[in-house]
Amino acid sequence: MRIPYFPGCTLHSKARNFDASARAAALALDIVMEELPEWTCCGAAFPMAADSAMGLVAPTRILASAKEAGKLLTLCSFCYNTLKRTNRVLTTDAERRRKVTTFIEEEYEGTVRTVHLLEVLRDEVGFEALAKRVTKRLDGLKLAPYYGCLLLRPADEMEFDDPERPSILENFLESLGCQVVDFPHKTECCGSFVAVSSPETAAACSARILETATKCGAEMLVVSCPLCQYNLDRAQRAVPVGRTRARQVPVVYFTQLLALALGCDEACLHFDVHAVDPRPRLSAWLDRKSGATVTA
Amino acid sequence: MAGETAMVRFYLMGKPHDVPKGLTIQKAMEYAGFRLLRGCGCRGGFCGACGTVYRTANDYRLKVGLACQTVVEDQMYLALIPFFPAVKAAYRVEDLPPTAESLIGLYPEILRCVGCNTCRKVCPQQIEVMRYIAAAQRGDIAKVADLSFDCLMCGLCASRCPAEIVQYNVAILARRLYARHLARPAAHLEARVAEIEAGACEADLDAMVAASEADLRRLYAAREIEPEEL
Repeated sequence: MRIPYFPGCTLHSKARNFDASARAAALALDIVMEELPEWTCCGAAFPMAADSAMGLVAPTRILASAKEAGKLLTLCSFCYNTLKRTNRVLTTDAERRRKVTTFIEEEYEGTVRTVHLLEVLRDEVGFEALAKRVTKRLDGLKLAPYYGCLLLRPADEMEFDDPERPSILENFLESLGCQVVDFPHKTECCGSFVAVSSPETAAACSARILETATKCGAEMLVVSCPLCQYNLDRAQRAVPVGRTRARQVPVVYFTQLLALALGCDEACLHFDVHAVDPRPRLSAWLDRKSGATVTA
Repeated sequence: MAGETAMVRFYLMGKPHDVPKGLTIQKAMEYAGFRLLRGCGCRGGFCGACGTVYRTANDYRLKVGLACQTVVEDQMYLALIPFFPAVKAAYRVEDLPPTAESLIGLYPEILRCVGCNTCRKVCPQQIEVMRYIAAAQRGDIAKVADLSFDCLMCGLCASRCPAEIVQYNVAILARRLYARHLARPAAHLEARVAEIEAGACEADLDAMVAASEADLRRLYAAREIEPEEL
């Protein structure tokens, strides 16, 4: 299967670990993520002003460039949110669609469906089929799925999963053999782009999420958004070392786990760019796993 | 004779001038009596000094072109933009790493791009300006350098940008970073520079410095022009 792919700026720079692991894992599942030949920033934030069309221009051009395939794959929660909501405006508001498509001098009727890789795994590969293709099961690895905001909300526009009790990440992790750790803050905000204007505020939001996940027994957090990853990962660098060093918890992308479980080349994981290196946790889990096998 | 020549009327900053049909804007201005001290350089479409904005009758769109390359039309309204007061960062390219952070640090406006593509539409060189700004945002220096290579730095992109990005200054920064840090050094160039530094041209230069004007003129007329490689 080939799907047009919009990486977005972050996956081309800071979040290369997300991009590389996703491409490698998808390829292992016979999915070719074909990067759009040309693309710009989607705008990152969906424009809320109902009387302006300017913010819709960039995402509309991106969507229009995938109109032949009718489908556009993306990974970043910001891109996913912006593209999906823009397309909704284009399909429900003929006046704004006319304005934007006239401006970009391209015909586009809103026919492209923006899909997230998690949706492709669930709907096209299927979690049961995925479980059968796993070559290195992550049995017993205790992981807390963290959704953040933009993947789920606003729920009636995103139509992704239940905004309060989502399950797609849980089902995904179970298909890899992981032990899912439920925790109360999985749909709370990580601090998002407040990290720019008030790093302390964002760090406080992230700290609360990390703390509850750890208390519930998580060895790692699993995310699908580069900004959540950044905030949660970096928040741990900001806290005083003496207090939390022992409780540091790695924050990984779901695609890194998928690549691991499918036996992809570890070069695609780029664990070296993480503030909290996941490798010690993974080797501790491996030791535990092999120990358990021996005693059993 | 004059009665047989078809004339066109163009408006320079609102004032009408009648000139023979078929002249470039630059020649039309000179025909009308202007002596060009600014907004005129190579006269061959390479230097970018004569960026011009114009409109034609019954069209709301602003058009652009280089005055030395664009033929004047009847009912053309135009103004030259010989200089654009754009932000220009100061830096030492040797000390600057070829990263997105370098570009964004010196020109943070690039992150304000709304993707309107007006820069591309206004570019007299048809450069994919918006695409190279997108590449700049994600630190793809080589792509910025490649896409912007034909830029004349006329400044028309910056004059129309709603995000107030100075595209051409970002582009030349990227090309400098590319040349300084990313491009493979050219071995033949290094060898030639070494030859010259060792004095390969000194005798010829000394002879020219000592030559009379008449000799120089003779030398110039008799110079060998290397054939262009096909």
